[in-house]
Amino acid sequence: MEQAIGGALFLCGAVSVLTTGGIVAVLIVETVAFFREVPLAQFLTDPQWTPLFVDKHFGILPLVAGTVLTSAIAILVAMPAGLLSAIYLSEFASAKVRGAVKPLLEILAGIPTVVYGYFALLFVTPLLQQVIPQLAGFNALSPGLVMGLMIIPMVSSLSEDAMYAVPQSLREAAYALGSSRLQVAWRVVAPAACSGIAASLLLAVSRAIGETMIVAIAAGQQPRLTLNPLVPVETLTAYIVQISLGDTPTGTIEYKTIFAVGMTLFLGTLGLNLVSLWLRERVRERYA
Amino acid sequence: MTWMRGVLALTLLAGFVEPAWAAALITADGSSTVYPITEAVAEEFQKQHRNARVTVGISGTGGGFKKFCAGETDLSNASRPIKPSEADLCGKNGIAYIELPVAFDGLAVVVHPSNAWAERMTVKELKTLWEPAAQGRVAKWSQIRPGWPEQEIHLFGPGVDSGTFDYFTEAVVGKAQASRGDYSSSEDDNVLVQGIATDPMALGYFGVAYYEQNKDRLKLVAVDDENAANGEGPVLPAYENIVKGTYQPLARPIFIYINRQAADRPEVQAFVGFYLTGGRALVEEVGYIAFPESVYELAAKRFAQRKTGSLFGGKGATVGVKLETILGK
Repeated sequence: MEQAIGGALFLCGAVSVLTTGGIVAVLIVETVAFFREVPLAQFLTDPQWTPLFVDKHFGILPLVAGTVLTSAIAILVAMPAGLLSAIYLSEFASAKVRGAVKPLLEILAGIPTVVYGYFALLFVTPLLQQVIPQLAGFNALSPGLVMGLMIIPMVSSLSEDAMYAVPQSLREAAYALGSSRLQVAWRVVAPAACSGIAASLLLAVSRAIGETMIVAIAAGQQPRLTLNPLVPVETLTAYIVQISLGDTPTGTIEYKTIFAVGMTLFLGTLGLNLVSLWLRERVRERYA
Repeated sequence: MTWMRGVLALTLLAGFVEPAWAAALITADGSSTVYPITEAVAEEFQKQHRNARVTVGISGTGGGFKKFCAGETDLSNASRPIKPSEADLCGKNGIAYIELPVAFDGLAVVVHPSNAWAERMTVKELKTLWEPAAQGRVAKWSQIRPGWPEQEIHLFGPGVDSGTFDYFTEAVVGKAQASRGDYSSSEDDNVLVQGIATDPMALGYFGVAYYEQNKDRLKLVAVDDENAANGEGPVLPAYENIVKGTYQPLARPIFIYINRQAADRPEVQAFVGFYLTGGRALVEEVGYIAFPESVYELAAKRFAQRKTGSLFGGKGATVGVKLETILGK
């Protein structure tokens, strides 16, 4: 009986591993098929991405630029706001305030991304256009800001966990030496929690890179190699949505681009997650 | 707890009370251009026939045909006639279709209302702007006509699954599907409207109904085909110009295709019947140009006789079709 239950539980665990393995296998097979037709050098260096049109270019850089641009803006918003709110909640706030503010932050994370997308398109963009007249209706700035808003709870709670892991003795020592709360928070706790905070940053980046709905609605569908946040761009994820919703026949080169782009995304977020994992291991070792 | 049992019993009962023909579902998909008409007709139809359900998708003409020829939809909206490859696919899957023209559309070229310089363009200029060779090269307004601003041009247009895309490229560039790739593309014309209406440097094209529905946010560009034979000078896609045949080459008929087998179902017959009678007023309401009564009667007769196959020899987008050609079938 014990063995049967053990076996069943093993199968449950195996399902998720096998699914991941299956996804990776499909990605690899189709990506290899893609690179049989498109040289890797062209994929990495061509400044245009027009696989659906007559003059086909398969350069991934425009899509990567779109993703990097929106993610960078998101991080510029989320990192300071998230980190500072984490510091406030862990070092300054009383239990009552923490009890009230934390759930409110979690609500931000609970809002469906499609709602965020329409919020960016129909509220944030017109608002920004009053301040920046040359802002296009579809741009990278608006979804970037809204994505940052969405990621704040993630940065905040992960950073707070990292700061919580810092031993109380460090804080007490700093207080004993006469430091103010701000000095303790900013010059003792935060640096000590540095790798945990860096890990949270990397996770936030990988979340921003993988975000689909907000950018699909508000960033535009024009692959363009630019760092200008005021014009329409297209991200890796939005491109996959565009092709999948359309009528591309299976097996064509256009179909294989879905997997090549998916593989790029996968490798990007995998790399970031691995680095983040390694950083968090470092934190654990320090205070073992 | 008894009230819970009561609620449970009530819900179970409700399941049985449903009428037997409640599941009369008609599926339609395809062109974003034809969508407003089919959707309006579907709405009116469902108001009059409470037991029927009509769903209309927007996958683009090409996307719609793919589903239609796989037998997944009963009705396909198309802003161009069926292509030879699509006709072959339908034949291979044993899907016979009845082609019915439902309206005339003028492809509108639109810009932002604050755009003061692009009042009119020639077909040649549109070609310079949209041909494949323009990809990566023609990026500023001044490159199309000297004297225009030295500013970036932001292009919006239908995606490659769109019949509007097929037709525009055939009419303006000369070869179907031959277009530059570096523009904001979407099969959903509402996305294009949103993009152009919020960007002073934008230019795009889509069916004139979408302009009519968003008149206060967009501005039309008059098109000059430099052919005095069918109307002198630049012409706007207004009702008279499309009816007279002077808005060339961007005036075209738009269609619905009905699955021959689906045409035997009573609800589909009712729907198509309603489309060709009550639909005329809806066509105008939506912003397209309705044919004369006689054309709709001919279409209804065609449907009644279940005449399958395409009037256009399955050749796909054909440019410069005048109303008289449709009439003489």
